[in-house]
Formats: sequence, structure tokens, C-alpha cells
Amino acid sequence: MIPSSFDYVSPTSIAEAVALLARQPDGAKVLSGGQSLLPLLKLRLGQVEKLVDIGRIPGLEYLKEEGGMLKIGGRTREAALEHSALIATRYPILHDTVRVIADPIVRNLATVGGNLAHGDPGNDHPATMLVLGAQVVVVGPKGERVIPIDQFFRGLFATALEPDEILTEIRVPTPPSRSGGAYVKLERKVGDYATAAAAAQVTLSATGVIERAGLALTNVNPVPQRAAAAEKHLIGKKPDAALLNEAGRLAAEASSPNADRRGQVDYKKEMARVLAARALQIAVDRAGGR
Amino acid sequence: MSMHKIKVTVNGAAEEVEVEARLLLVHHLRENLRLTGTHIGCDTTHCGACTVLLDGKPVKSCTMLAVQADGREIRTVEGLEQNGKLHPVQEGFWEKHGLQCGFCTPGMLMTSCALLEQNPHPSELQIREAISGNLCRCTGYVNIIKAVQYAAEKQQAQKEAAHAAA
Repeated sequence: MIPSSFDYVSPTSIAEAVALLARQPDGAKVLSGGQSLLPLLKLRLGQVEKLVDIGRIPGLEYLKEEGGMLKIGGRTREAALEHSALIATRYPILHDTVRVIADPIVRNLATVGGNLAHGDPGNDHPATMLVLGAQVVVVGPKGERVIPIDQFFRGLFATALEPDEILTEIRVPTPPSRSGGAYVKLERKVGDYATAAAAAQVTLSATGVIERAGLALTNVNPVPQRAAAAEKHLIGKKPDAALLNEAGRLAAEASSPNADRRGQVDYKKEMARVLAARALQIAVDRAGGR
Repeated sequence: MSMHKIKVTVNGAAEEVEVEARLLLVHHLRENLRLTGTHIGCDTTHCGACTVLLDGKPVKSCTMLAVQADGREIRTVEGLEQNGKLHPVQEGFWEKHGLQCGFCTPGMLMTSCALLEQNPHPSELQIREAISGNLCRCTGYVNIIKAVQYAAEKQQAQKEAAHAAA
């Protein structure tokens, strides 16, 4: 399959890239890893006048802890997260997540920023970044702004990113001690979008009750969002199996999946319930809750 | 539509060609350079038949533009054989019958080659994970795993022989 014709530019600075986007706000699109965008163009589900390839801009691929945050460069490849000792030891929920994104070959090109900026509710990073309370740094003609992840996803394939802005960094606050997180995904095969998946992040108090809780589901809502009622239910309580199961039930109840080849609505809700409870259990275990 | 002069090093030889922006890397390899060993399978980033190595890392060449490869180094299945001798992974697929129809084989070989360069002694699980983006509809993967294990052992033996000779 061959995409429709387009122009292509490969700027070498963010300023240059932003200027190119601003000149053509309706027809230009950022090309990062291309692992979602190129299939879309090849299938002609989408069309662009111009691709602004950010692949040759230096300094967009990094992982570092700084000022109490994990900073991920916008074009950092999923494979870099997957093979990072920092991620594996300090952010196991992110390690869980990257390992189930697409397949290992796709992860060599696919980028964390692209996974978020694409705004696909089937993507895996949104739920994880929601429960981690991440911030998205974007740069446009007017400079830089920082968008809390809770305000980033606006609709199906729609985000708070303006057409002339580039996602340059993701910031994840380093969780306090006695924290743990996990991402659990049900997929038909490697490389598939989730039938359902759950991201959970908890912080326990010294006495072992849940102080902070984040829970979000993948691909069972039109827009990635936190399961607010379930989160609220968890706060201030001992994380026993009954509590975690009830939180899973509340999260699934609030979800609104579509029936498709991956399953019917009831099945997806049931899977969401089970996965949410499992993700919470692993998160609690990792927080040292047992 | 824009045209771009690109210079891509393919199997060690720098090739300069003018391409349309929308040209996919796999079409550049197959049609401009006539390297038809790289296959087009699903054409939707699933099957991995089109896998080539980009600066040593496996990528799906149906999901990358030729212009993105400008200045980069590509290795395809044609580059595996050296001086008339099969690469250990090729020999492994031959010896262990790691294929039936052979359609997925170029991609399997490139992914396996990259795996062994990064991890010369992979466990069975690591091999399975590494090739999980390459689909084979004939073998059930069992003989492919054996082929990669054969190649790992062969490379180790070659290394030891070279060490003994030195």
C-alpha cells in the first residue's frame, strides 16, 4: 500500500519544526516513530499535505531523573524504556507497559511521545501516564507549556496538543516510598491492541492503608481517563482482596467499551474488572503491602 | 509531492537515489535497488516479513519512509552471506529446517541476526520474545527456535576456534 503524495521536511531544530507546522496548521503533521501514522497514511485512513519529520532534531531521546521527576524525551523509543535499568527498577509500571506495546521490532522505532500524541484510546501509555500523574511538555510558536496528563486527552484521536505544537518531554513525578504500580494487559496476540488493560499505582501509609491510588483502563473508554470512583473507594482503606475486587468492579462499571472483534461489551467489562483488580494487587505487592 | 536525494548504505554499499517522499523503504530496497530478498507480507506492520536492520536494529521496512533512512545503514538478507559462506543463522535455518514456505524467512533471519549480535547466548524465552514480531504460519516456531539456538552454538564454536588459532 502506498500513501497519497505529501511533502516532506526534516528540520534539525524544534524552532524550525514549529515554524514549519505553524505555516501549515491544517495540512502538516509531525512524524515521530511513524508506527501509527504511517500505517494510517498507507491505509489512506488519513492524508497529510506535509510531514514534518522530527527524527533529525538532536536531544529528543533521553531518560533521566531530575528534580524529583523522571524526564522522558518526546522521541524516546519504546525499546529504550524497555532496556533501561532505571525504568525496570524505579518505574516497574512503565516497564510492564512498554513490554506489551506492539512488538519488539515496532518498539525499536515507536516513541513514547507519539504513543501519547496520537490520542488513540487503544494505546497503552495513556492509562499508565494517567495513574502516574504525568505532565506533558509541548513547544509551540508561543513557547513551552506544561499540560497535566488529566487534561491532555480530549477525544478519540484528539489531544490538547495544538497542530503547531510538538510534544518534547514527558515528566513523571517520582513516586514516594511505599509506592508501587503495575500494568496488566489482555491481548489476543503480541502486537494487538488491548481487549482491555489496567494501570494501577498506589502509595501506602506507614500503617499499610492506601494513601494514594491511581487506576485507569485501556481501550474500554472513548477517551483515556482515570477510574475516579474506584480510586476514591480505595483511599484510607487496607488493601485486602475484597477491597481491590470492589475497586475493579467500580472501574469496570464506569467503563464504556465498544463491541468489536476483540469481544462483546459484557466480556470486555468483565475482563476490565479482573485486570483492574490484578493490577491493583501487583501494585500493592510492589509497594510492600504484603 | 516532494522529491529527495537520499544516500543509504545498504549491505555496505552507499547508494544515492532520488526518491518521492512517500516511497516506503521496502519499495526502495526491492524496486530501486532490486534487493527482492526482503519480502512484503501483511503491509500493515504486523508480520515482520519486511524486517531489515537499521543501524543494527530490526525495523519493519514497510513502516518507514525511504527518506527517513537517508544517511543510515541498512542490512538486508542479501548481506548475510559473506564470501560464499552462509551466515550462522542461515545455516541454522538450513540445518534445523526452520522454514517451510520460506516467506517469513528473510525477516526471521534479520531479527535473529540482530538478537545474536546483542545477546550471543539467548534463552529459549528470549528467542521467542525477540521473534514475537515476526509471524510464521508454517513451522509453529519450534524449528525456528532450534535454528537460532544452532546459530548461537555455531557462533560460539567459531569464536573459540578463532581464539585457539590466535
